[in-house]
Amino acid sequence: MKKILTTPISDEALEGLSAGDIVYLDGYLVTCRDMPHRRLVDQGRPLPVDLRGLAIFHAGPIVARDGDDWRMVSIGPTTSMRMEVHEQEFIRQTGVKLIIGKGGMGPNTEAGCRDYKALHAVFPGGCAVLAASRVEEIERVEWLELGMPEAMWVCRVRGFGPLIISIDTRGNNLFEKNKRIFNARKVPAIEDISRQVRFIT
Amino acid sequence: MDHEQAVRQMTDIVARFTDYAGKHLPDDIMGKLTELRAAEGSPLARVVYDSMFDNLAMAAQLNRPCCQDTGVIQYYLKAGSRFPLLAEVRHILTEAAATATRTAPLRHNAVQIFEEKNTGTNTGERIPWIDWDIVPDSSGIEIEVYMAGGGCSLPGQGKTLMPAAGYEGIVAFVFEVMTTYGVNACPPLLVGIGIGGSIDVAANLSKRALFRPIGSRHPHPRGAAMELLLEKGLNEIGLGPQGLSGTNSVMGVHIETAARHPSTISVAISVGCWAHRRGTLRINDDLSYEILSHKGAQL
Ligand code: SF4
Repeated sequence: MKKILTTPISDEALEGLSAGDIVYLDGYLVTCRDMPHRRLVDQGRPLPVDLRGLAIFHAGPIVARDGDDWRMVSIGPTTSMRMEVHEQEFIRQTGVKLIIGKGGMGPNTEAGCRDYKALHAVFPGGCAVLAASRVEEIERVEWLELGMPEAMWVCRVRGFGPLIISIDTRGNNLFEKNKRIFNARKVPAIEDISRQVRFIT
Repeated sequence: MDHEQAVRQMTDIVARFTDYAGKHLPDDIMGKLTELRAAEGSPLARVVYDSMFDNLAMAAQLNRPCCQDTGVIQYYLKAGSRFPLLAEVRHILTEAAATATRTAPLRHNAVQIFEEKNTGTNTGERIPWIDWDIVPDSSGIEIEVYMAGGGCSLPGQGKTLMPAAGYEGIVAFVFEVMTTYGVNACPPLLVGIGIGGSIDVAANLSKRALFRPIGSRHPHPRGAAMELLLEKGLNEIGLGPQGLSGTNSVMGVHIETAARHPSTISVAISVGCWAHRRGTLRINDDLSYEILSHKGAQL
């Protein structure tokens, strides 16, 4: 059974979910990467979209004009870590519930997810055509003056995923946990290979 | 065919091939990904591989670039010294990159240094990047097109070691880069390692290593053995697809080498992400051509 989150997402809907779970999204997904984070948090400018209960996507899409409408051509996640410095405050001010991107995030976002009940999840990198196919409609665009990648594209999505939860509402962090495992495995592997490559004698 | 016609025709072939290479992965990468996918048992790793293959099928069907980051365009050449259009090659490849950018369409990824402006054409100072190898007495040209994405270019690093560090120092460096930067570069990764006497040599070789077909081995038995040891060791770390953990980490490890100075060992790493958009095209002197990387491809 696919777990589906539907916007507006309530705190209760997130409670039972843990880092490592797989979910899909129905409802509103708004692209939001470096510039809107900076404008809200550093410059104190109010966002043109009310994100309460919604999902944001760290992504810069390729969008095509379709008569008077817009059509999603390609939309893949960008590295979430770039938004790490702003994300805690961003969650606090906006009430956003789901943050989607690529790779892990750090202690700031962990605290934000824990204190204000939100999730960070990853969409598989490089799967931009698949992601675009899950966008039913682009309802509007805000801050287009920032350029196509940085503008806020308000999308209605269905079955958007897989989304792999990387930080849950208790602040558990899948990538941090993995990092410790990878580093522990690294040590014996290096020792083992080093013994076999002593070619300078 | 007069000279001008020939230039136009070759530009057209390379442009269409560049467009194609942004939408389809080469056969050896597809084969390796299929193999790695089958080896994964966890639901997490499986769902990611399923997404990757669904995405590739949709990209081919809808004729769209398979990843939104179509990278900086690079051409690595083995050019015959008697290839009739040798003098026009830079001009041809630059035109081809600009044309493919419009037709595919490819993302705009050429930002001029100091001006800090995106040219919007994927051409700019020294871009597309062209790397030359001249082949004596040949009249054809082999073109390797590569799209260097941002995510997979980020781990690229090099270091010059003292001989006391030995090949052991190379091993430690490779593991360090892979567990810090490799995780976010969309694994499973192809790892290119260059070893030589100075950093420029190592860096160039590390990129060239990414163009070797998967599974090919370094000609020296020790080099081949070291490639296999690193492959096995990196896989034991289990980065899995997208660094979410899994059975494997890499599609392969390739080492390219040049004789070094007695006092230095330079090592550099370049990685290719799972969406390793590389294509090999051979063009003959009569401009007939063959696609070596994607069997049965139609331009
Ligand atoms: S690392 Fe590769 S697959 Fe991942 S987003 Fe960048 S170009 Fe695409």
